[in-house]
Amino acid sequence: MLGVFRVSFSLPFNKFLHMIYFENVSKIYNAISVALENITFSVEPKEFVSLVGQSGAGKTTLIKLLLAEEYPTEGSVFFESLDVHRLLSEELPMVRRRMGTIFQDFKLLPAKTAYENIAFAMEASGRTNEEIASDVPQILELVGLSDKADNFPHELSGGEKQRVSIARALINRPDVIIADEPTGNLDPLNAWEIVRLLGKINDLGTTVLLATHDKDVINAIGKRVVTMEKGKIIRDEKKGRYVL
Amino acid sequence: MIVTYIGRVIKAGFTSFWRNGSVSFASILVMVLALFMIGSLLFSQVLLRATLDAVKGKIDISVYFKATALEGEIASLQASLAALPEVSEIEYISREDSLAIFRERHQNNALISSSLEELGENPLGAALNIRAKNPQHYENIALFLEEGNFPVIDKVNYRKNKLVIDRLTAIISGSQKVGIGITVVLGAIAMLIVFNTIRLAIFTSKTEIEIMKLVGASRRYIRSPYLVEGFLYGAVASIVTTLLFWPLTYWLSPRAVQFFGFDLYLYYIANIFQFFLLLFLSGVILGVFSSFIATRRYLKV
Repeated sequence: MLGVFRVSFSLPFNKFLHMIYFENVSKIYNAISVALENITFSVEPKEFVSLVGQSGAGKTTLIKLLLAEEYPTEGSVFFESLDVHRLLSEELPMVRRRMGTIFQDFKLLPAKTAYENIAFAMEASGRTNEEIASDVPQILELVGLSDKADNFPHELSGGEKQRVSIARALINRPDVIIADEPTGNLDPLNAWEIVRLLGKINDLGTTVLLATHDKDVINAIGKRVVTMEKGKIIRDEKKGRYVL
Repeated sequence: MIVTYIGRVIKAGFTSFWRNGSVSFASILVMVLALFMIGSLLFSQVLLRATLDAVKGKIDISVYFKATALEGEIASLQASLAALPEVSEIEYISREDSLAIFRERHQNNALISSSLEELGENPLGAALNIRAKNPQHYENIALFLEEGNFPVIDKVNYRKNKLVIDRLTAIISGSQKVGIGITVVLGAIAMLIVFNTIRLAIFTSKTEIEIMKLVGASRRYIRSPYLVEGFLYGAVASIVTTLLFWPLTYWLSPRAVQFFGFDLYLYYIANIFQFFLLLFLSGVILGVFSSFIATRRYLKV
């Protein structure tokens, strides 16, 4: 009886049950530049987690580790029980298709139109032409860019570019949306627009991990806030605010 | 699915080729220069070989008979020569023919003409021009003539000509070897330049490749359109280069005929398909290979 209890008690800490799980992760570039120090934290399905902290706190490094763009010096990063740094080179793209990413600098393909940028994500995951022809116009309508489908990124405003990148992140119905400073290059009105869109995505059941240092944005969301400082997590609150 | 995949890759390659017009133009231009170099070297090799063949074709052994030799004696020697397996052709030049040729050769030399007039009779003997099936056979034929000790023979000019012919052959085959060496070196330089141009063109796509990786595109799906682009560079450049040689050989041809006795234009027209195929393969392999190497660097996880 006691054994069963102990098992059930330890469940929340079992790395195989989280959507995202960082286990004792450190990233050390060199002796005087430690980006992350012994980070352990998890994100549960359908959660909206804001990752806050000043520039250089380690938010972007944490996201790069999750996307397997960089390798941890120590520890492991799990996405739905898969250690993302131990995947075969042909498995990694499959996992990345389940994470929708949004960046401060939008990361749109400059030589492709808004439509093609979104369609590319679908082509890459091997969807049929029929699916692409029906889904892309729908998502463009959702983000309010139906009339800009054939525009190239340089012909779009910052807010429009970010909406294209959100559309691209959503198009493959990912399990989690990872947004790294998505409002960093936008004016307050556009920033608010993006945050509302992220909230809506979360309401529909998609996990969202948002890294930002925008105080107004955090305080308006009113959901879980993980605060970082100098490569460490210093606070993790269920209904947090931006405090430094 | 595989058809859709290939269709997408080809379409993406063409789109990118078209949209990055200035980069494509620069790459094609450099590739045309490289292929043009390869083509010119090819033509110069052909010219050298044609010259060598022409010189080799001119080699023969001339047997000069004494003026007193009887036609019957000459005919029997000609018959025994014809029986040799190495001999391909024998040309008989009678005493009268010899004189006619001699007169013609020296028609502008008044001294020789008047000396001949004074002599009154034909001082020249008959001759046989012998052609072997193969240049190496001349040695045997010469030995046969020398060791036979035929009393009617005045002289055999083989030994004297051999020196000149050997030297000429050595020069031509030497220059052919040097030509191949230059071809290889210049070809390698041209390829390096093309390789680097394409690499630079793709290096500007570094962020693009990174974005594609983040969106979850497989390595092959990212790389293939670049390979299609490399293929297009090579294909277009080979067509342009082949067309460039048309007016060029046409213009050069009269000079080549005069100097080398070889019609370049005719050769170009007759071999245009093989020529194009060679340039096409060189260009396409070079383009695809360069793209492959250039993308490899950014595709490493």
